[in-house]
Amino acid sequence: METVNVKINGISLDVPKGSTILEAARLAHIEIPTLCFLKDINEIGACRICVVEVKGARSLVASCVYPVADGMEVLTNSPKVLSSRKQTLQLILSDHDRKCLSCVRSGDCELQKLCKDLNVDDETFYEGERNHYDLDYSSTHMVRDNNKCILCRRCSAVCEHVQDVGVIGANDRGFATNIACAFDMGLGETSCVSCGQCIAVCPTGALYEKDNTEDVFAALNDPEKYVIVQTAPAVRAALGEPFGLPIGTNVQGKMVAALRRLGFDKVFDTDFAADLTIMEEANEFLDRVQNGGKLPLITSCSPGWIKYCEHYYPDMLDNLSTCKSPQQMFGAITKTYYAEKMGLDPEKIVMVSVMPCTAKKFEITRDDQNAAGVPDVDISITTRELARMIERVGLNFLALPDEDFDDPLGRSTGAAVIFGTTGGVMEAALRTAVETLTKEELPNPDFNEVRGTNGIKTATYHVAGMDVNVAVASGLKNAKELLEEVKSGKANYHFIEIMGCPGGCVNGGGQPQQPANIRNSVDIRAIRAKALYDIDASMSIRKSHENPAVKKLYDDFLEKPGSHKAHELLHTTYVRRTINTI
Amino acid sequence: MGIKQKTVPFTGTRQQHDDLLKVISKHKDDKGALMPIMQEAQEIYGYLPIEVQTIISNELEIPLEKIYGIATFYSQFSLSPKGKYIISVCLGTACYVKGAGDISNKLKELLGIDDGECTPDGKFSIESCRCIGACGLAPVITVNDDVYGKITVDDVEGILAKYE
Repeated sequence: METVNVKINGISLDVPKGSTILEAARLAHIEIPTLCFLKDINEIGACRICVVEVKGARSLVASCVYPVADGMEVLTNSPKVLSSRKQTLQLILSDHDRKCLSCVRSGDCELQKLCKDLNVDDETFYEGERNHYDLDYSSTHMVRDNNKCILCRRCSAVCEHVQDVGVIGANDRGFATNIACAFDMGLGETSCVSCGQCIAVCPTGALYEKDNTEDVFAALNDPEKYVIVQTAPAVRAALGEPFGLPIGTNVQGKMVAALRRLGFDKVFDTDFAADLTIMEEANEFLDRVQNGGKLPLITSCSPGWIKYCEHYYPDMLDNLSTCKSPQQMFGAITKTYYAEKMGLDPEKIVMVSVMPCTAKKFEITRDDQNAAGVPDVDISITTRELARMIERVGLNFLALPDEDFDDPLGRSTGAAVIFGTTGGVMEAALRTAVETLTKEELPNPDFNEVRGTNGIKTATYHVAGMDVNVAVASGLKNAKELLEEVKSGKANYHFIEIMGCPGGCVNGGGQPQQPANIRNSVDIRAIRAKALYDIDASMSIRKSHENPAVKKLYDDFLEKPGSHKAHELLHTTYVRRTINTI
Repeated sequence: MGIKQKTVPFTGTRQQHDDLLKVISKHKDDKGALMPIMQEAQEIYGYLPIEVQTIISNELEIPLEKIYGIATFYSQFSLSPKGKYIISVCLGTACYVKGAGDISNKLKELLGIDDGECTPDGKFSIESCRCIGACGLAPVITVNDDVYGKITVDDVEGILAKYE
């Protein structure tokens, strides 16, 4: 690798040619603060927090985008640099709603941390005219509060460049500049897909999910209600982060213990329904292959992806699996099979889901998601909301014992837990589909070709005399690329997995936020995914069709995958939507 | 929330629509096609309402928000049509100190529209301008080619009445 020699704060070091000053400084163990910079996504050098002095340069330069050159001398913390950063922060604060005490991001706000680190001792230094914005409550899943927005544009960059949606962006100019939708529509009036990636990258409290924690507490305190919780696979790989555990720590046992102590009547696992999804989806796939059905079959677990497909590819709705998502299947089975078995009135069950996802809040409001005549799921909260509930009741999360899920809907397999990462649904489906087709046990259940954080992964498997072409995409821009290949006839896939968020649910819009300096330097998607693959590898049962509780469900209640009853309870329909409303 | 700048109903014609599609197909494959298309669209329609921006968005497969962001960034783009009578209120220094701000407010109040907008009947639009070089007559407004100088807030209603 070609290197250049630079001097950073007097320390000489060789760094790869083409590095930015920010990257070079990191190699010298100096973390230059940033605000607007998101590697590969938002490289606009606009916020001026990362400025440094370069010897010979006319003015301070933005280190996030300024490339190093041989012999360059850089000062990252000279008095001039520090005073410039402080002034920039004071100017940002002059038009910022400083209600930090009650802010949802208090404690993990990147702006707050910078102000503290840079000793901004007078937040009213440039007090003057302020913008005042109405909050946007129009979407089902989130709130936009422009009074807390610092115009870094991380949200709009992710929305447009990563998710190919682009419903938020900068409007007007100068002091009036604000991040909003076209013609100041509410987010809920646009083709927003509810993925929440904008929330995941927001440095402040300008973007956050609609909080349903009070609804959950109200249900828990209602003696008439039987409150059941289900937790998605990816939650256990990230819930430890708000409590200070390293990224990628599996906290399944403590999570279950915390939910029990919060007062849920039953603590179940969405993984059970992931296994059930595989039974239905593998059956649907084999049926389509054998009976000339619509191919490629595309997975339907990710509600952000589903909404994207409805808005942007309405002509491909027939390719979508009709399977409800695991969240919804879980609610459906709880309020039919489980209610019947336990003699519970479905009307009195409150089904709460904990999801790494904001689109799940939208999904529970969809039509055709009420198997028992009542909504399959009543309240969907994010991983972040669960962390806040745990903090609110004073549970010492780190000291909790490891506990197990309740039976029978807490039983699951290794195939189910990898649903939380890109490629996981495909791998789980392959484990079951291949064994069903060949009627032989797989020597090794790992399908390594579909693992990893690449945006698009493809593989061909030879199964029972047939070549099965599969593809996996995560992040909606990657999904678009893949779908265009399919539409143009360039690619011929039989089965496609798509997850709305880059890296899949482990990097979902409802997961704990990690600050930009972490997101820019480590791949949180891969680290959290590893936690799930490790769980999979450690489990005695790793194939969905071997889940004893699922087998019993079919024997006692559903008969067989794809049965009439299964279709009634576990499958759904989609609607055609448009991109623009006029 | 809700769509703003919707004071005048859209009355685009078939001809205008065809002209716009021609412009779009002419520039479609160019790098940076959006700006020239928006400029020519404004020449065709006189302004860029949501209907026109939506056509551009659909044809170019560019998010509507991106187009709206550009339309609101550059002052040369207008989201409202011009009225039959274009009222320019000089907000240059001399007029401003002589009370042009109050006159502008009175006009907005009487017509029920904001700066840059057009009345729903398409009759009046207001745009503020900087010095028109008639500082001796401050404060000054013009209605199309008619110039009104040394006016007071009380004169505004009478001036509008001339164009009823």
